[in-house]
Amino acid sequence: MPDRAYRAAPADALRIETLGELTAIFDRRSMQTHLVIAPMPEILAAMGGDACGADAIAARLAGEFDLDGEGDVVAIVADRLAELAAMGLVAEA
Amino acid sequence: MSAIDTLVGLLAGRIDAASLAPRDWDGVISVARAEAMLATLAHHLREADLPPPVAALFADQRAAAQVAKDQALWEAEMARRALAPEGIEFVLLKGTAYAAGGLPCSAGRQIGDLDILVLAHDIRRAENELLEAGWEWVKSDPYDDFYYREHMHELPPLIHKARDRMIDVHHTILPKTHRVTPDALALVGDAVTTASGFAILNREDMACHCAAHMLADGDLQGGLRNLWDFHFLTRDFAAADTGFWGRLDARADLHGLRGAVHRAARLARDLYGAELPSGWDRQDARDVWYRRRLLARDDWGRPTNFMLQQAFYIRSHWMRMPPTMLAKHLWTKWRKR
Amino acid sequence: MRHSARIQVGPVQFRIGSDWRQPIAALETLYAGYPRDDARPADATVRLFAARPWRRWLRPSVHIGGDFVVPDALPLPLSMGLLAAEMGMNLQVALGWRRHLLLHASAVARDGRAVIMSGESGSGKSTLAALLGEGDWRLMGDEFTLVEPASGDALAFPRAVSLKNEAIAEMAARVDAARLGPLLAGTPKGDIRHLIPRADAIAAMHVPARPALILFPRFGGEAAIEPMGEGEAFVRLTEASTNYIALGEAGFAALTRLVRETPAFGITYPDSAAGMALVERLWAEAAR
Repeated sequence: MPDRAYRAAPADALRIETLGELTAIFDRRSMQTHLVIAPMPEILAAMGGDACGADAIAARLAGEFDLDGEGDVVAIVADRLAELAAMGLVAEA
Repeated sequence: MSAIDTLVGLLAGRIDAASLAPRDWDGVISVARAEAMLATLAHHLREADLPPPVAALFADQRAAAQVAKDQALWEAEMARRALAPEGIEFVLLKGTAYAAGGLPCSAGRQIGDLDILVLAHDIRRAENELLEAGWEWVKSDPYDDFYYREHMHELPPLIHKARDRMIDVHHTILPKTHRVTPDALALVGDAVTTASGFAILNREDMACHCAAHMLADGDLQGGLRNLWDFHFLTRDFAAADTGFWGRLDARADLHGLRGAVHRAARLARDLYGAELPSGWDRQDARDVWYRRRLLARDDWGRPTNFMLQQAFYIRSHWMRMPPTMLAKHLWTKWRKR
Repeated sequence: MRHSARIQVGPVQFRIGSDWRQPIAALETLYAGYPRDDARPADATVRLFAARPWRRWLRPSVHIGGDFVVPDALPLPLSMGLLAAEMGMNLQVALGWRRHLLLHASAVARDGRAVIMSGESGSGKSTLAALLGEGDWRLMGDEFTLVEPASGDALAFPRAVSLKNEAIAEMAARVDAARLGPLLAGTPKGDIRHLIPRADAIAAMHVPARPALILFPRFGGEAAIEPMGEGEAFVRLTEASTNYIALGEAGFAALTRLVRETPAFGITYPDSAAGMALVERLWAEAAR
């Protein structure tokens, strides 16, 4: 699979609230609420304002978290990115 | 005075909101809801002197309409994300277009489905891309599906499985079998781009489509709202461009919609007090039936004048189909009731 | 319309029109003790009507209409006109109200603090609230609880309680018969009888209460209490709200605040007495 580049929603478009083990993300553009679990919020945070692909995000996450034994991190991040794109929280750059 | 006359009078500015007795608002609110115009009225009267319960209700409506508008614009954005990467261009129509263009008639205007126009040769690809992006067919029966594909100016409606919102993909603005065939190529070719990057019809085409949608494509259900759109659109366009009415005439001729556009203008004058230029400011004896149809609602919000409604229902089909096809269609529809 | 009534429940002013006198007369009796302001314009309109003129007399069946309608709603016989009115009023609130976050939940209050109980029909939330409302609690409502986005307060919607099946006898044994409406036997929802809330609950219907507990009751099985996380309470309450999405960010803010500031529990109970005891116990713990 080619490494598609995505861009996250601008930070002021989202209101992110942690509710115990869940994270509720309100998108001010769509008026939708998305309930997600790790590593979705972490991926969004790692993207910042840049256009980036799964490999770059995986590298950034590896710098912050201990990802040993997590399998193919790039593939996991790529899957989560596709889900975030379906929600509209990231868009193909 | 009936509640629907009061509603129209308030919108036209003929009636001062402060002159209503508190209980007059009962009927006005009900008929405005029935015509999907309560938030429009709430915007129109935002500075008016209102009884506190009405002012509070109107504030609720304005806030909710803003949320609904953002949701509708998001559907347009998601359609863009599905179609743009494949190079499929589309033009927003109706409510979403008014909102995307920031037009004053979009304040409080209810927006139902997302309506988009694509060129006929792109429609299959558009269908495929939307299906891939999460839209799916609304379950329909084989006759309806056949009818849409064979005769209509749009795909059968698609609904998004996660967001539960419908999209109507048109390839022209009137059914293929309609007696009038607007120039779809010109509609798309002359579209303009909004600040947010969406294509919408140019001013004249927008007014033509609004009139066509109201008078040539339906039985005038929701007609007061469509007429309000037409009134606001033409009023603002004419204020910004002194040549607008003349250009609208020429464009209506191109699309074969001169009759519909002129009638819409006269009805906007009669109901909402629109000011028309000399070539437009005429009388037509048949307009009275349209006015009666538009105002056929009692003070409890119920439709009245059943025979007139039926007449307009049959008329809408009469224009859309040759007679033998119409007979077959109505027979199939009525048998299924 | 031929017959009509104006009723105020919590923040909502209703106008109910009917082709028949009976449902209006029944409403006037049930709501006689509610505050009235006949000059106030209506927020919501309900229509009870005959589909054809002759159906006013011939096998009369009551269609439910109004500002908002359910397209395929079946009509009810005239003997159940009061139920038709109740359903019509519920529908207008559920689909039309935008000022507050609307929760499909019952609520009771004490000392200005509210216990909100959310559950499917059959969970017993309505019966529990009605029973508590006969004791030391103020009944805020058996069907809807409103949350004000700006303050986070709960507002009451104390309509006449809709008692169903076994709950009818349970309440009839405790309250003055004058507070009960006519028995509507064999409706699509079973037997129904309305209970007029206590006068003090009606008088206090505009008084807000601070949410103190959110409970998700489940009738049947051993008495049990299960603490619920903020995330699950949030999800369940979005499902219990008919206008959460329509309120946009205001709804999101109100609901996240509610689940963060208010402890939530699932409770299972075998009978009403056990259910009430669980509520009292959790209340005592929350009040500490």
